Amino acid sequence: MKHIISALVQNKPGVLAHVAGMFAARAFNINSLAVGETEDPSLSRMTIVVVGDDRTVEQVRKQLAKIVTIVKVQDFAGQDVVARDLMLISVACSPEKRPEILALIEMFTAKVVDIGPKYVTVEVAGPESKIEAFIEACRPYGIKNMVRTGTIAMARQSRTAGQQDKDAE
Amino acid sequence: MQFPTACGGRPVAPPLPTLPGSQSIVNILLEHGVDTVFGYLGAAVLPLFDRFRDLSWTSSLDMISPSQEIIMSKNKVKNEQTCKPGSQIVVDILQEENVEVLFGYLGGVVLPLFDKLYDAPIKFIIPRHEQGGCHMADAYARATGKVGVVIATSGPGATNLVTGIANAMMDSVPMVAITGQVRTELIGNDSFQEADTTGITRPITKHNMIIKNPLELPQALREAFYIARTGRPGPVLIDLPVDMQLAQIPVSSPTPIELPGFRNRTRGHARQISMAAQAINEAERPVLYVGGGIIISNASEELRTFAQKANIPVTMTLLGLGAYDQNRPESLDMLGMHGTAYANYAVQNCDLLIAVGSRFDDRVTGKVKTFAPHAKIIHVDLDPSSISKNVAVDIPVVGDAKEVLAAMTEEVEHRPRDTWFKQIAEWKAKYPLRYDRDARTLKPQYVIEEVWRQTKGEATIVTGVGQHQMWTAQFYKFSRARQFITSGGLGTMGFGLPAAIGAQIARPGETVIDIDGDSSFNMTLTELSTAVQYNLPIKVCILNNGYMGMVRQWQELFYGKRYSCSSLQNPDFANLARAFGAVGYTVDKKEDAAGVIEKMLRETRPCVVDFHVDREENVWPMVPAGKALHEMDGLNLFEIA
Ligand SMILES: Cc1ncc(C[n+]2csc(CCOP(=O)(O)OP(=O)(O)O)c2C)c(N)n1
Ligand SMILES: [Mg+2]
Repeated sequence: MKHIISALVQNKPGVLAHVAGMFAARAFNINSLAVGETEDPSLSRMTIVVVGDDRTVEQVRKQLAKIVTIVKVQDFAGQDVVARDLMLISVACSPEKRPEILALIEMFTAKVVDIGPKYVTVEVAGPESKIEAFIEACRPYGIKNMVRTGTIAMARQSRTAGQQDKDAE
Repeated sequence: MQFPTACGGRPVAPPLPTLPGSQSIVNILLEHGVDTVFGYLGAAVLPLFDRFRDLSWTSSLDMISPSQEIIMSKNKVKNEQTCKPGSQIVVDILQEENVEVLFGYLGGVVLPLFDKLYDAPIKFIIPRHEQGGCHMADAYARATGKVGVVIATSGPGATNLVTGIANAMMDSVPMVAITGQVRTELIGNDSFQEADTTGITRPITKHNMIIKNPLELPQALREAFYIARTGRPGPVLIDLPVDMQLAQIPVSSPTPIELPGFRNRTRGHARQISMAAQAINEAERPVLYVGGGIIISNASEELRTFAQKANIPVTMTLLGLGAYDQNRPESLDMLGMHGTAYANYAVQNCDLLIAVGSRFDDRVTGKVKTFAPHAKIIHVDLDPSSISKNVAVDIPVVGDAKEVLAAMTEEVEHRPRDTWFKQIAEWKAKYPLRYDRDARTLKPQYVIEEVWRQTKGEATIVTGVGQHQMWTAQFYKFSRARQFITSGGLGTMGFGLPAAIGAQIARPGETVIDIDGDSSFNMTLTELSTAVQYNLPIKVCILNNGYMGMVRQWQELFYGKRYSCSSLQNPDFANLARAFGAVGYTVDKKEDAAGVIEKMLRETRPCVVDFHVDREENVWPMVPAGKALHEMDGLNLFEIA
């Protein structure tokens, strides 16, 4: 099962190496890892997506918590969360295909960030499923290049807001 | 270089006292009330910087290099604060932490530190190899419960520590390793003797850090000690670039250590403890399976009270030996791959397994799926990540062994459990540890039993790794915590001799014996010269079978007796010992053993005894890898009629 783990870490050099090293040393597989500063500049947040059975993920959580520079670890499994990915993707786009592709981009509420004679580069944000769907939709045209940030996530504050958000998706 | 005189070569009378130009410059700066100079080092300004260095001790002039400038001004470090060089700060903090002895080796980038140590009231032990020094600090820590401290230079010095640090990590030994590093501006350039020490040691330390801002040095070092000894102990490494040792750092007094997220729950959860106690009261066939956690938390007393009140037999892991007096009838001695049959049977037949400060290592459990198949499992451990890592646990209690055992003692009731103890007594009678006691040849087990007898079971024993280690665990009966010091988790050959040195330094005047293997001893025997230099009366009993015995045993059992590369040509160990300035004996006959052991115990110099034991003796019983704990081989070998 896929788990999103969120770790609050001290914003110090070496912390990412500690975390990455621990994953490698203990043979845990990670799908993605995203790091960035929080509202408190002394802290960063890492969002880690791990796939494994409950026992493995439990170990991941405990081993993370053991790293001295990690302040707090949370497993979002079973919780209502907003989880988002960001992707930049360049799709082959000849002038005659352009209207078709632009329509697709609009449908996914994505954004064109660069356009050339042969390619269009698109920024897509959203839940992972949406990103995947967009990739699939682009495949027939030819994907030149893509880069993804990995999931970032946050627990939802209110159920209703969550509901609206889901509808919007 | 010659400076032209002011008067065109003619001497001026009376001659004025001359000053180096650098000093004149400084004097003029001081005259003009300059209190801070910003600048960067280079060959052409070295004389000037040399003056600044002295001045910052005695005057109000601060020399600030640009990399520090921002921090210094931000923190308003001005002349009202006393500053000392980083090296002195390190020495001061070592004293503040009550460090009485240091182990370590010199090198270019730790010279400032060693210079300050020259005048410090801290005993310094120089090993012959950094690995040896690290093992010494490790054994010193295990013998005392204090933090062991080791120092090494950058590059090769640091990499030589690696085995020792990993060893300490695996066995949860509190240790602070201080390594020198090249100047911060040279880091990353493949500079001379540069190694990415924090990168190399990250997976084998509890925590490590490199200091790149001198102002962080004091707190980081204090934190290192705190982290090393708090919670589940472990090694912490501080990488200290040489410029950090030279930088002027304001003297600070210790502030309470606050590490967000570094929490250690020592009092077990009350509800979990009650659940555990209830399970214990209901159990008919309980077993206590205890490990090094008891020794780390100094919980032997609490363990004894608990086991006796609740009336539960106790088995120990290799690292747990000494936690419970093996002379008591409820001791089942060691369990696991080379454990006693009665311990392994008890575990396999128990209905409740109470694990305290032990971690279900694969050498203990055998095939995990078949481990303690009838038992409900309680696991008390300080480290939550140890719980349910290898074996699923029914009642976890996160907490310190000492506190949890004391709390559980309150809630447990005495139960007779006669059938259970009768069954255990039968196993004990039927499957005692044995070897051919009537053999005319010199058996390694005999040597250990004789050492045990003559030391009245009271010596501090250390070992190398191999058959001799297992025989020591089997045949020396330990009665107190910290009496047995061995490399468990990492299984590091060569641990024995340096560990004996570390333990002897921790326990001057007491008998410290290294029961070693010939191949293990070969790995670090150079430390004999350390033992001689510091006049340490350690005893080394080499159970010399001329083989990497444990490897040979596996080759015999699992590789059709093809003894590929498992024997070495050994030196004459007794003569070698003499060459080092130690005492050396050789024993090749059973009848001589007892007499030489007696002499050895009276020696006041380091003493090595080379026992030429039966070459192909095996360690029994043995649970072959991947088998269940009760599937032991070798039980029928000396069946009692
Ligand atoms: C540093 C290191 N290298 C290799 C091993 C693998 N190993 C385990 S026991 C052993 C043989 C030990 O031989 P010896 O010290 O003579 O002890 P014996 O088994 O003969 O008593 C070896 C090679 C190890 N544990 N440590
Ligand atoms: Mg041997």
